Amino acid sequence: MDVERTALPGIGLRYEFGTERGRRMGVVTHRSGRRELIVYDPDDPDSTSECVVLSGEEANVLAELLGGARIVERLAELERQADGLVSRQVRIHDGSPFDHRTLGDTQARSRTGASIVAVVRHGEVIASPRPDFRFETGDVVVVIGTEDGTNAVESLLANG
Amino acid sequence: MVLFELGGVILGLGVLSAVAGRFGISPIPLYLLAGLGFGLGGVAPLDAAEGFIEVGGEIGVVLLLFVLGLEYTVGELFGTMRKGAPVGVLDLVINAAPGVGIALLLGWGPVAAMVMGGVTYVTSSGVTAKVLGDLGWLGNRETPTVLSILVMEDLAMALYLPIVTTLLAGLALAQASLGLAIAAAAVTVALLIAAKFGGIVEAFLRSPSNEILVLKVLGLVLLIAGLAEHVHVSAAVGAFLVGITLSGELAHSARELIAPLKDVFAAIFFVAFGLQTDPETLPPVLGIAVALAVVGIATKMTTGWVAARRAGVGSTGALRAGTLLIPRGEFSIVIAGLAVTSKMVDPKLGPLVAAYVLVLIVLGPLLSRLVEPVAKGRRRRKRKAAAKQRQDSLAESIG
Repeated sequence: MDVERTALPGIGLRYEFGTERGRRMGVVTHRSGRRELIVYDPDDPDSTSECVVLSGEEANVLAELLGGARIVERLAELERQADGLVSRQVRIHDGSPFDHRTLGDTQARSRTGASIVAVVRHGEVIASPRPDFRFETGDVVVVIGTEDGTNAVESLLANG
Repeated sequence: MVLFELGGVILGLGVLSAVAGRFGISPIPLYLLAGLGFGLGGVAPLDAAEGFIEVGGEIGVVLLLFVLGLEYTVGELFGTMRKGAPVGVLDLVINAAPGVGIALLLGWGPVAAMVMGGVTYVTSSGVTAKVLGDLGWLGNRETPTVLSILVMEDLAMALYLPIVTTLLAGLALAQASLGLAIAAAAVTVALLIAAKFGGIVEAFLRSPSNEILVLKVLGLVLLIAGLAEHVHVSAAVGAFLVGITLSGELAHSARELIAPLKDVFAAIFFVAFGLQTDPETLPPVLGIAVALAVVGIATKMTTGWVAARRAGVGSTGALRAGTLLIPRGEFSIVIAGLAVTSKMVDPKLGPLVAAYVLVLIVLGPLLSRLVEPVAKGRRRRKRKAAAKQRQDSLAESIG
């Protein structure tokens, strides 16, 4: 997908792209952190027909809704596909014995039967972390397995 | 008594600004009118506070240009210049011409012609940027073109202001050319510093607390502005150049800290300009000002139209671009202010510019607002026509 970037001197940057169904839309990013969501007029490609002004925080929430919701959707889909399989998100709390230790150290799969399939750190998804992946406080660990297995991983990450 | 008068004026400006905000217009014309009301021959002359307002007005110009300079990075300035030069030249020629012409017609001489050329040339970037934001036009195709014209005008001002200040200082030819040489050198050095050594200035200014940062920035700006004035480059230009030197995170925090100060002193600056103008001198020049304003609308519409069409924008966008360039404001007043205080030009120049700016700063945004319903109507008609055509061809294929 092509995203066109235009400098707006003195204001910031403008990004635009066309959707598959033929609409053009984009985002104006101000240096002040303000964001504008713009939708172009279908009959006149020069003009914006809608312009929604968002604060930095509102823009983040919108981004999360558009991007983050997709992960949850996929997980829900996975659960539907395999009966009895549960996905759970476990946060690494301050004081967890695995803070600053690697995924390999937990031996989670051999001890509980459940798998750690992804870690969400600072809003970014690290899919299929390798055994040398090192946990940090605040990481959200995505676990898939049976009900008992995922519960066991949760208590394992909290108490060792 | 100073505090009482000053408080009254500033509170009054606050109320006026609220009124302007209510109707979605720029408060600048109201500030000017307030100044006219208080000044020579006005309804409530200020005696005690006048000295402060004068100095405050000077600080206002300096901060106005400093914040403007902060908006731009050197890369942007040079990049825009390379791309938009032909449009920039057209903008300069057809918009400065009416001002130069009227000054010569009135027999005010070459210096006044130079001043009036600047007054009619330069669009108020502050008002235009606000209109763009208010109307949600930042995404429109013609917007980068309009903004690049504003950037070029600001850069032209950085070169124009020192020249005009030298001329207004009334120096002998040899002295004047020396002054010009110094001015040109100062501008070049400042741009070079900004391009190559911006980091050093930023390292000096970087501060752990807002208090330290605001003191350092304000001090540096006033110091450089004063220095610039001393070598006959205007104080405003010095401040503008300091603004350009700063960029990135530092420019961002400096802008946030200085913005409230700028708002206060810029408002005082417009009052100070109004104060210098006797309302009784306005009616005699009103006819000329209106005629000049009509020409000014036509020339800016032409500039915007040509610039937008060159960038491949349709007619609606080209119309919008034209109206966006109409408002003249802070820069025109700054130029006229320099001329009036130097006493080198006809005393009628001040009132003429005041009236000219009053007309265009009100009409410009109004015309911009008018373009949209007209354009929307046209798009709707087009859409209906297309729908009807589809229907007809459908009916044909069935029948």
